[in-house]
Amino acid sequence: MADPTKEESTAAQETAAALDPTAQQNAQVLALLHSLFGEATFTDVQEPYGLLTVTTKREHIHGIVAGLQQDETLKFRFLTTMCGIHYPENLNQELGMIYHLHSLVHNIRLRIKIFFPLADPVVPTLTDLYATANWMEREAYDFFGIIFTGHPNLRRILNVEDMDYHPMRRQYPLEDGTREDKTDLFFGR
Amino acid sequence: MAVNDTLEGTHRIIEEAKEQQSGQLVPTLNDFSQELTTLNLGPTHPATHGIFQNILQMDGERIVSGVPTIGYIHRAFEKIAERRPFYQITPLTDRMNYCSSPINNMGWHMTVEKLLGITVPKRAQYMRVIMMELARIADHLICNSILGVDTGAFTGFLYVFQEREKIYEIYEEVCGSRLTTNMGRVGGMERDFSPVALEKLRKWLKEFPPVMKEFEAMFNRNRIFMDRVVNVGPISAEKALNYGFTGPNLRAAGVDYDVRVMNPYSSYEDFEFDIPVGTNGDTYDRFLVRNEEIWQSLRIINQALDKLPDGPFHADAPHYYLPPKQAVYKNMEALIYHFKIIMGEIDAPVGEVYHSVEGGNGELGFYLISDGGRTPYRLHFRRPCFIYYQAYSEMVVGTSLSDAIVILSSMNVIAGELDA
Repeated sequence: MADPTKEESTAAQETAAALDPTAQQNAQVLALLHSLFGEATFTDVQEPYGLLTVTTKREHIHGIVAGLQQDETLKFRFLTTMCGIHYPENLNQELGMIYHLHSLVHNIRLRIKIFFPLADPVVPTLTDLYATANWMEREAYDFFGIIFTGHPNLRRILNVEDMDYHPMRRQYPLEDGTREDKTDLFFGR
Repeated sequence: MAVNDTLEGTHRIIEEAKEQQSGQLVPTLNDFSQELTTLNLGPTHPATHGIFQNILQMDGERIVSGVPTIGYIHRAFEKIAERRPFYQITPLTDRMNYCSSPINNMGWHMTVEKLLGITVPKRAQYMRVIMMELARIADHLICNSILGVDTGAFTGFLYVFQEREKIYEIYEEVCGSRLTTNMGRVGGMERDFSPVALEKLRKWLKEFPPVMKEFEAMFNRNRIFMDRVVNVGPISAEKALNYGFTGPNLRAAGVDYDVRVMNPYSSYEDFEFDIPVGTNGDTYDRFLVRNEEIWQSLRIINQALDKLPDGPFHADAPHYYLPPKQAVYKNMEALIYHFKIIMGEIDAPVGEVYHSVEGGNGELGFYLISDGGRTPYRLHFRRPCFIYYQAYSEMVVGTSLSDAIVILSSMNVIAGELDA
């Protein structure tokens, strides 16, 4: 697991890169990302379980995915999956989207995260780059209420159309909120 | 919305036709040349093999457009998983692709093991490989034989369903259940293969190949069958990749992407097998690729059974793996661990892990974010069906209704996996 702070993780990467082929690959991908889009674009670079994870801003996400798709050196041309996430504690960064890209030629995976405020859940769509993004984005809209600008058909996909909330947000508990026998308090946490 | 748009568009066309004809001498409105028929294919249609709807606009027998509606059996697995300890999520995975649930189970166990850093002993890995390949065979048998049924050939279906029944009997001997297997545990398998299970497996490995040969002899070069499937619903490799296809559907289009080879898990690197690929990704190619994968799966099972190592069938991880029930009654440590695991109080590290396995339909991925609590903070399933089914409405445009049924069948869309 990578260290939480950036300085430490870069140091850890440098030592690990000499030993581990995965870390070497990740260092290569990171160098490519930095050369294509600039170092300041990416924050919070980590390698949890060997999968390079970078965080960026939502303004850059479309350009990054498009740039990686066109890039001839590493050929990230497969969008494996994307999903939304909700962290209510992170002020003004409550909602997020997590993208998994895969270079099938070189067998390298890359995870890109973006975070944005709950009050302004607007993200550029990737449907113009990947046809597969269509339903994935509809799923994220359905579950988290993330609005994808430019999406051709942004409707709910799995839930009924007249549902008036987005059920995967954390404020909707799965079970009856008055039940106390299932809180973590009783399990030593 | 889009449907209404199209319907309104249809009405507009009719109205315009009426207006045009109003000045003419013909008093009746018999020119329906521009009218489209709206046809509901599903939600409960015998040929969809699951509950999902396609609203098709038909021009005579040709399909002009299709609008899929899914979510009829959505069970909110991702939400439910946020309130369940890891071992209670296994039954949820059963209910995704219920034609090959052991693969889903093992994929989930491996994800948790990756998070917890557990190494599973070789014997358990080989046992998992055997069960996963049996599941793949069962999955492909259903898909291909149902394709036969949808083209009017019922016999092959009856021949191979007998064999699927025998696979289910092996499941039953290994884990006690048949369809929703809940097989294996985090850290290995829940019990060793019994002598009966091994005997059944060996017997089936002898009996199945002749049946499969018979099935192939019935279909592969059958003139009537080939007329129905060759060049029906082709998809190019670029388009398939753009649509996120994986598994047999992608390989039929000529891309040799297989998670078992690309990112080997559970000791797949120990086995010798080939990845069959097609050329133009039509229904016939998908059928042949699945048939060949059945033979390759048999090869893997035979190798795994021959080389099945001795040793424990689960990892030595008392914090995560339930102790045997007898020990719980007699041994205090076992009782403590039993209690802690059942109450979900295990020490999961904070972290995020993506693990994927080659499911019956393609790359089945689990993206698990753990905040150190007893349940996942977020669990996302990459469900191959959900991702490639969106290409269906594009693939059926211009084909006839009977071809659309065949394409649907050959893509092997499983409603449980589609809706989660």
